[in-house]
Amino acid sequence: MATQKLFPRKLDLAHGQVEMIHGSGGKAMAQLIDELFAAAFDNRYLAQKNDQAVLEMPVGRLVMTTDSYVVSPLFFPGGDIGSLSVHGTVNDLAMAGAKPLYLSTGFILEEGFPLADLQRVVVSMARAARAAGVPIVTGDTKVVERGHGDGVFINTAGVGVLPVGITAPSGDRAGAGDAVLVSGTMGDHGVAIMSKREGLSFETTIESDSAALHGLVAAMLAVVPDVHVLRDPTRGGLATTLNELAHQSGVGFKLEEQRIPIKPQVRAACELLGIDPLYVANEGKLVCVCAAADAPKLLAAMQAHPLGKDAAQIGTVVPDAEHHFVQLQTSFGGSRILDWLAGEQLPRIC
Amino acid sequence: MKYVDEYRDGALARQLAAQLGKEARPDREYHLMEFCGGHTHALCRYGLMQLLPPSVNMVHGPGCPVCVLPIGRLDQAIALARKPEVILCTFGDMMRVPGKDRVSLMRARAQGAHVKMVFGSGDALKVAEENPTKEVIFFAIGFETTTPTTAVAVKLAAERGLKNMSFFVNHVLTPSAIDAILGSAEARSGQVRVDGLVGPGHVTAITGLGAYERFAREAKMPVVVSGFEPLDLLQAVLMLVRQLNEGRHEVENQYSRAMERGGNAIAQALVNEVFEPRASFEWRGLGTLADSALQLREKYAAFDAEKKFADVVYAPVADHPSCACGDILKGLKRPTDCRIFGTACTPENPMGSCMVSPEGSCAAYWLYGRHQTSGEQKRSA
Repeated sequence: MATQKLFPRKLDLAHGQVEMIHGSGGKAMAQLIDELFAAAFDNRYLAQKNDQAVLEMPVGRLVMTTDSYVVSPLFFPGGDIGSLSVHGTVNDLAMAGAKPLYLSTGFILEEGFPLADLQRVVVSMARAARAAGVPIVTGDTKVVERGHGDGVFINTAGVGVLPVGITAPSGDRAGAGDAVLVSGTMGDHGVAIMSKREGLSFETTIESDSAALHGLVAAMLAVVPDVHVLRDPTRGGLATTLNELAHQSGVGFKLEEQRIPIKPQVRAACELLGIDPLYVANEGKLVCVCAAADAPKLLAAMQAHPLGKDAAQIGTVVPDAEHHFVQLQTSFGGSRILDWLAGEQLPRIC
Repeated sequence: MKYVDEYRDGALARQLAAQLGKEARPDREYHLMEFCGGHTHALCRYGLMQLLPPSVNMVHGPGCPVCVLPIGRLDQAIALARKPEVILCTFGDMMRVPGKDRVSLMRARAQGAHVKMVFGSGDALKVAEENPTKEVIFFAIGFETTTPTTAVAVKLAAERGLKNMSFFVNHVLTPSAIDAILGSAEARSGQVRVDGLVGPGHVTAITGLGAYERFAREAKMPVVVSGFEPLDLLQAVLMLVRQLNEGRHEVENQYSRAMERGGNAIAQALVNEVFEPRASFEWRGLGTLADSALQLREKYAAFDAEKKFADVVYAPVADHPSCACGDILKGLKRPTDCRIFGTACTPENPMGSCMVSPEGSCAAYWLYGRHQTSGEQKRSA
């Protein structure tokens, strides 16, 4: 005699909605996890159906990070909250020079959120994780009452390993005379998000640059094992990231406006909105500080990688123990300060 | 970027500056007020004051709608937003301006007030349509540039019969502010000296050049209406220097690519249909000025938030005693003359509106001026 099926009716992914019982710990939750999450993420760790994953210890030093994603809108040109939640956390590991190994995820769902949208998010997340070669090995789902969330919030945590022989890049290692490089055009992600934001929608061909950068980082470390600083200029954009680094390292930066790659469409959109693209978020770009002597070969390695083809050296680290100013030589001829972002230029973009 | 980069050409700017250097006489001074905060920011952002000859001094004017709004009006908006049935829609610029006890709309929102940031008056209408059980109020601020867009929204609200939509109107008039500055005690006593006026291009694109004729005629004040790019401003300064050298006092248009002499007749008619002058209005720094602001006409009284929520009344509140925003808006002080500039008052923790607003003089000095050597700071002071 065949055993009775645990879930006689399949989840209605076309028309169903998230309900409170999907977070109750009962059978409905088990079904959601089985038919949606585990089916999409599909790996041997999840197949064991435990509340945790037992992992092999790698050789080298462990690197760990966590990030939460509350982007609005959930779907935007070039990505969605699912792919973003993989790329963002993978990148945080990669910026330490680490090889990302495993991800965990926590979903906070709002009652009434369409299961079709949830499936879109989960499938996109699974695709991004597979493409990055980093399995999602454990997870959690909670449901909050309607009006207490915004569709879906996602947390991901990541574990990676810093290979033996690599000096970990760190925000406090920028030294006067070092070169400052970026891996590509600035501001694409933020502008793509803004173009879809309620009340602001405008036509653009700009797509988010959301991407996992560990492959690019591996290619960079292969030619220069001692990169001083790596950071992804997400919230607050390039300007805010460099201010953070200036304070961490106790130095200043001098940039040349003309050398900073910005797509003409992004410049135009920012001009229209009255904002500065250097404060606009990126999700698939990195800033790198290295010894001046290493810059040419590092730049060549970046440009040879598909995610670094527009890489450029944009300036240098200068001594400035007093102010830690980030200065910009403008194409107009003067110089101005790129300050921290005050307040929020754009609400919730990552 | 086409049509923008051409007006930011550094080499051309230096040529213009060289010409200015030739024409500005070293034996006299030229004190020129740029009225508009957008101009102040362009001057600072592109370092234009460093390019001017020593005899040319720029005096920063009060043309920032966020800056001139007094604390009392902001508090009124906050009180409206705190009503449980209200959604207050505001431009982002207003969100962080500190009101009484340093409570901003942002802080009020964190405390439970319903404040929604919008990008235009049309968005507020949409909010009203989507929230029929709520009272939606648009916090309408601005000079003549934004007034027509509020007028359109008022008319649309009336046409659509939106009973839950109203407008908290704070639209102010440029010529009144110029009057107040030129006629102030400080101007009469010579503490504030203005020899020529750089007129606001965007405002004038609506009002037309006629708005300034009486300053040229009666106050013998040369006026040049200017665009907002660095080359626009340098050219406007050159035109003013020439007028002063030749003893002329005329209204000239540097911004001919964007505006016509008569302004925008359609916008003027719309504003006139929806708004009428308000008997008096308090400005930060400039005091209470007659006929200096607008209110909704009787025909649109149902959409006037001040009438609909008559229990929320205006109460004047003095600026913080250390804050020099008032004197800065009058042209009496520079941001760097303020005792708390960059110490107790920063963009993250503002004491006064001039430090928060994207068009405020203090924000411009803080953003673009801090790294300049003290010599250059002195030059501009």
